[in-house]
Amino acid sequence: MRPAFSVLFLTTLIGAGQGLLIALVCGQLFLVVGTGDASLSGGFYAMGSLLALVLLALGLLASFFHLANPTRAWRAATQWRTSWLSREVIALPAVMGMAVLYGGLHALGWDASLMHFANGKSLDLTMAVGFVTVLACLALFLCTGMIYACVKFIREWHSVWTVINYTLMGLASGFVLAAAYAASLGAVVTGLYAGTGLVLIVLALAGRAVSLWRNARLKPLATLRGAIGAPHQNIRQVTQGFNGKSFNTKEFFHGKSPETVKFLTTFFLAVGFAAPFALVALGMGSAAVLWLAVMVQYVGLLAERWVFFAQGNHVQNLYYQRKA
Amino acid sequence: MANEKQLALVIDLNVCVGCHACVTSCKEWNTSGWAGPLPDQDAYGKDPDGVFFNRVQTFECGTFPNTETVHFPKSCLHCEDPPCVPVCPTGASYKRESDGIVLVDYDKCIGCKYCSWNCPYGAREFDEVSGVMKKCTLCVDRITDETLPPDRRKPACVLACPPGARLFGDIKDPESEVSRAIRDNGGYQLMPEAGTNPANHYLPRRKTQSVVHEDQLQRADNPLSREAEPPKFGGPTIDDASQW
Repeated sequence: MRPAFSVLFLTTLIGAGQGLLIALVCGQLFLVVGTGDASLSGGFYAMGSLLALVLLALGLLASFFHLANPTRAWRAATQWRTSWLSREVIALPAVMGMAVLYGGLHALGWDASLMHFANGKSLDLTMAVGFVTVLACLALFLCTGMIYACVKFIREWHSVWTVINYTLMGLASGFVLAAAYAASLGAVVTGLYAGTGLVLIVLALAGRAVSLWRNARLKPLATLRGAIGAPHQNIRQVTQGFNGKSFNTKEFFHGKSPETVKFLTTFFLAVGFAAPFALVALGMGSAAVLWLAVMVQYVGLLAERWVFFAQGNHVQNLYYQRKA
Repeated sequence: MANEKQLALVIDLNVCVGCHACVTSCKEWNTSGWAGPLPDQDAYGKDPDGVFFNRVQTFECGTFPNTETVHFPKSCLHCEDPPCVPVCPTGASYKRESDGIVLVDYDKCIGCKYCSWNCPYGAREFDEVSGVMKKCTLCVDRITDETLPPDRRKPACVLACPPGARLFGDIKDPESEVSRAIRDNGGYQLMPEAGTNPANHYLPRRKTQSVVHEDQLQRADNPLSREAEPPKFGGPTIDDASQW
């Protein structure tokens, strides 16, 4: 498949935004249920939510560049009963709304206690909103992943690993970003974010490795025999019917050499996973190093997404093999 | 989604000669009709690009010297379980309940191209000028046009096909021409493993053979006199006798 940069930016940016939101809520929960007295100001969560909101908005903006008729984009929310794409169109603004609500409540300090527990802890309004925010983020991860995972004519994508990897990579980038953000403000949760980020990088790498391994061993969904229905073992295309280009020859092929895909696969494994892991692990606590890790990881994850698309081999390509 | 009526094409690969008349007539009709335009870019240049609803491809089957050439016209198959329809986020892609034609509402399409990812046949082609997805409409503006004589209410490709390889009709009507062709000539669907249940069917290539037995060459049933040497007459012929 042709990697469209609008979609590469959309999925990586909102992944990081969702991961950051989840990290913020995890940090709050960590401090609330913890035994220490440490806490963070509402401003920390508000600024963090704003950062996540910016990422989500940039992703949303990128997605509009994918549409040929963006003025009709509102219609895309109508078919949520059947279309994962439509569900994503609803979930993304919902997550943005939750980010505004979560950050806004923290900024305004509206933090009424909703429930009191026997151990002296209480469920505050911001924490409750935070839980809903996490659910919305997870729903958006599911929608984004399922857009690709439900395309059964691209075998490389038609797998539960697509959803798992989108989620894990989004979480990993969000937690590394949260660590950099927390370190800049000298917040107590820097170590929590960095440590969780390291675990998530390893998990995401494992998930991605499984999908790479799976893709290398896939059997094609169909053969030319079924595609044209000729009862022959040996069929080759003489001509696809035209010498020029068509939508089918542009949208479904990445147009780069197999070496490029191979190189970028190695590149994203190194830059998207190994390098940020090393930077976070070795430079723990240093804001500058953590921000460097954020940027390196983002470049790596962009490359990962490019490879994800390029490796998707659509069944229709059977019909477009040869010009004559 | 079982329609009472399902219009479809039946394409006889044994008859198709790969002339592309269906391709050009389709483009001609549809670019100026309801579904149009079907724009081209750089049409007369080095690297032309453009939208077509119908393509004729050519395949070589078998191993040399026992090969055969199959010309294979390909357009939207108007699947009975169209995977492109439910994935559309705007509802622009739909299947008509009245006759099973799969269409795109160009006023609702946002041009996200997601439907094309969900078609295993590559039947949809994107119109970059209008920014909407386009596809074969079975010439819905022709076949429903009651100002045309009834025998002309057929898709442009069907009317254009010189050897008559393309049939058009309702495959749910067991007595229709297409149903009989499918039933009698081994009509099949493309890529059944995709689970799309295509409405369009193809009729397979058939080897046309006539068996000639040895005795048919011998003319054994003819009178021997016809095959034998002409009789030689030693005596006077009737000409000799008339010379006097």
